[in-house]
Amino acid sequence: MPRVSRNRRLELLAIGTAAGMFSGLFGVGGGTIMVPLLILWLGYDERTATGTSLAAIIVISAVGATAQAVYGNLHVDDGLLVGIPAVGGVLLGTWLQQRVSMRVISALFSLLLTALAVDLVVTA
Amino acid sequence: MILEAALLGVAAGAVSGMLGVGGGILFVPALVLVLDLSQVDGEATSLLAILPVAIVGTWRQHRYGNVRLGEGLAMGTLAAAGTVGGVALVNVLPVDVVKIGFAVLLLFTAFQMMRRALTADAEPKPEETGS
Repeated sequence: MPRVSRNRRLELLAIGTAAGMFSGLFGVGGGTIMVPLLILWLGYDERTATGTSLAAIIVISAVGATAQAVYGNLHVDDGLLVGIPAVGGVLLGTWLQQRVSMRVISALFSLLLTALAVDLVVTA
Repeated sequence: MILEAALLGVAAGAVSGMLGVGGGILFVPALVLVLDLSQVDGEATSLLAILPVAIVGTWRQHRYGNVRLGEGLAMGTLAAAGTVGGVALVNVLPVDVVKIGFAVLLLFTAFQMMRRALTADAEPKPEETGS
């Protein structure tokens, strides 16, 4: 792996493994695990943490979707139906993110985590 | 129904771009509740929907100068065992106990993030990359 020190690689392995488990178990990208850990543990700022998380999610979602395909669980048409409009959403979201303070990003992220926690309990 | 699913998709993408997540928190309900997929199929298909979002989101954030590409791709690659393990588990086990455990963990993290948001001098620590 290019230009990443051994120590940092162990930290990324720990965060990645937790995020990957979460992703595989719940069908999400794992950003809810990575972003807070990159910020609170590795000292990233909010924008760099969210941008770098998305890069990791490319690999995580590709691996997860491939593994799920092996189990025969993928519905490609439905995936495209929600995924293609979402590309418009992500253009809007990244544009908007450059125009708010880092603190607003952390506060919104906290609300997202709370919503997800409630969702996990309600559907358990 | 198709319009509803597409609108949830747009919202998922906006959350993804804004907060650096995949958007699965909205993709899964869109696929399960609106498009009538089973829970496991919905979670599987959500991963597929996340892929183009993450690619375009990374491209935009890279242009804005917010991506440490080497570390991000390394983290994603190092996550592979965890991801495959999670997929295998969800296909063989009921995951309710895991859900409660994760919910507690998320609430704790939510508290930490909100405290950071509300702290006056929440300056990021200096970088410690070895690159």
